[in-house]
Amino acid sequence: MLDIRNLHVKIADEDKQILNGLTLKVHRGEVAAIMGPNGSGKSTLSYVIAGKPDYEVTDGEVLLDGVNILEMAPDARAAAGLFLAFQYPMEIPGVATMTFLKAAMNAQRKQRGQAELTTPDFIKRVNKAAELLGIPKDMLRRPLNVGFSGGEKKRMEILQMTLLEPKMSIMDETDSGLDIDALKIVAEGVNARRDPAHAFLVITHYQRLLDYIKPDTVHVMSRGQIVKTGGAELALELEANGYRDYQSAA
Amino acid sequence: MPAVQETIDQVKAIDVSEYKYGFITDVEMEKPAKGLTEATVRYISARKNEPAWMLDWRLDAFRRWKTMTEPTWARVSYPEIDFQDIYYYAAPKMNGAPKSLDEVDPAILDAYKKLGIPLREQEILAGVEPQNRVAVDAVFDSVSVVTTFRAELAKAGVIFCSISDALQEHPELVRKYIGTVVPVTDNYYATLNSAVFTDGSFVFIPKGVRCPMELSTYFRINEKNTGQFERTLIIAEEGSYVSYLEGCTAPQRDENQLHAAVVELITMDNAEIKYSTVQNWYPGDANGKGGIYNFVTKRGDCRGKNSKISWTQVETGSAITWKYPSCILRGDGSRGEFYSIAVSNGMQQVDSGTKMIHLGKNTTSRIISKGISAGRSQNTYRGLVSAHRKATNARNFTNCDSLLIGNQCGAHTVPYIESKTSTATFEHEATTSKISEDQLFYCMQRGLSAEDATALIVNGFVKDVLQQLPMEFAVEAQKLISISLEGSVG
Repeated sequence: MLDIRNLHVKIADEDKQILNGLTLKVHRGEVAAIMGPNGSGKSTLSYVIAGKPDYEVTDGEVLLDGVNILEMAPDARAAAGLFLAFQYPMEIPGVATMTFLKAAMNAQRKQRGQAELTTPDFIKRVNKAAELLGIPKDMLRRPLNVGFSGGEKKRMEILQMTLLEPKMSIMDETDSGLDIDALKIVAEGVNARRDPAHAFLVITHYQRLLDYIKPDTVHVMSRGQIVKTGGAELALELEANGYRDYQSAA
Repeated sequence: MPAVQETIDQVKAIDVSEYKYGFITDVEMEKPAKGLTEATVRYISARKNEPAWMLDWRLDAFRRWKTMTEPTWARVSYPEIDFQDIYYYAAPKMNGAPKSLDEVDPAILDAYKKLGIPLREQEILAGVEPQNRVAVDAVFDSVSVVTTFRAELAKAGVIFCSISDALQEHPELVRKYIGTVVPVTDNYYATLNSAVFTDGSFVFIPKGVRCPMELSTYFRINEKNTGQFERTLIIAEEGSYVSYLEGCTAPQRDENQLHAAVVELITMDNAEIKYSTVQNWYPGDANGKGGIYNFVTKRGDCRGKNSKISWTQVETGSAITWKYPSCILRGDGSRGEFYSIAVSNGMQQVDSGTKMIHLGKNTTSRIISKGISAGRSQNTYRGLVSAHRKATNARNFTNCDSLLIGNQCGAHTVPYIESKTSTATFEHEATTSKISEDQLFYCMQRGLSAEDATALIVNGFVKDVLQQLPMEFAVEAQKLISISLEGSVG
């Protein structure tokens, strides 16, 4: 589903190279985890896939279902079924969460040539998803992410993922700042969407999240490349031995 | 807030590359020679068949104006205005005042139709619930061409007419109140207005009457090189209430045009006036050519106990805005409110804010100001909150937020706070923020286009103020804001 080939990326306006020929495949139905030390380029990878303007792709391509998405605007990538759960979700003051959700859902539907959701249909979907994630109704009336705790923000990301129904979801350190209960809820949100049609790329620094979201594959990233690929057991090995062995591998 | 999606759709539906109201209406106009002399003042007064005291009042203002100099303290810059190169009076040619709409030049009616301002009562009546009706006074350059629903309002005892008609029909009321809130010598532009004001609206709500419909005035500058100097006077007697709206547009011209209005509001005991403005004068082109110079003095006097005056303004137009709708809180327990959204784009310059002058005991005021700057514009909030020695327990809350879009614009906040009583409580909150690339990217990752994302963030920013506007104006205002900011994100 997601096919990243020989990706080279630097920060725009700077000479600093962050990704150095990264190659990675995530198949339909697969949950892939990327683990790596701080500064290895994990977040950059997620931003580049989603189309953040601060980066310059100097070589390589990113294919989503065979289509190179690097030339597409972020909103077009979203409509094509790509979702990024942010490590630090943004606050949008004055915009009620419900308003934001509806605007986002309908914007994507419009791009895909689908009819806008009716209000009752929209409310039904939101209520159902919110209940599943333990999100109280008053939170949906508050401005998006404003004054939310770290855990609430992450849960809101999962709520958006659930409602937008992406085929490819990237979770950027979604576990950071979560207590164990919130972690379980977030993991449930992901696991509920796990099926042969969907794929996930879970970026994390710690093994902890992978206790709840069992990955099919684990990739180790260091200095802008994938340096090792294995099964779920690789995460446990990293937990035991740390990243030391991989720091100099690249 | 379902209006957000509506705004987005409307923005998309409209060709925003041009100012929507920039058309010119071709009507034969009657104008005296350009320039300002005593003869001009006499001409205007004679043209309106005014009583002698009104002419004397104007001449006094004119003599004082000649001794005054233009204020320079505002954070705006513009080439010197040649006051002798302006027409001070321009009226569509007709034989006497039109008695009914049928006597009004069809070209003018057509202009208002294009602007979406309903002038035919029977058309408004069809399909509109009585409580949703709006009476309109339509001012075209220097004259009021028509005022709707006058007869129906008269049944409730409400007087709503042009100030010219009021001088004929109710001279004693005009004489009693005019200049009592904004004195003749208040400031350079107000004094100029006092000498040469041409038309405007007059509203009188008698004791205990709740005005049965919204009142509104629609100002249109059409003629080239012509200044518009309107004067509005609203009096709310004991226990009465009125909600008044004003809208303004002008054609797209390369020359700058001057608009110097004076608005005076008076509330007696327990009366309330809610005054809303959607100002959309031509702002000039992207390089700052053309546009309206908007120098306006608006002030309300809460003369009676527990009276209330509330200003709500949405400012998106004008090359230069110099405007400080204020409240004098004279009556004990009176309340003043100021809700403002000032949007600037291109080369626009805005210096706007309010004054809350607490004179009476237990007076309260609230200021919510939202400035949005984009392009290469400069947007300044300037406000004064003061408490007189006798204003015990005066309270003010001010919240002043600025939002920057892009990196070539400026936002400035200049609050003045003076308290002469130890019992006053004044609170001031101010923030300046930028629509960050991160916020935009976040919204776009969820599927919103850059344009829709900006509209959504801006709408969130101005929400508190939009909520103060009457419903139909709120939708209009939201639309306007989005259009004004069109092209501000790259």
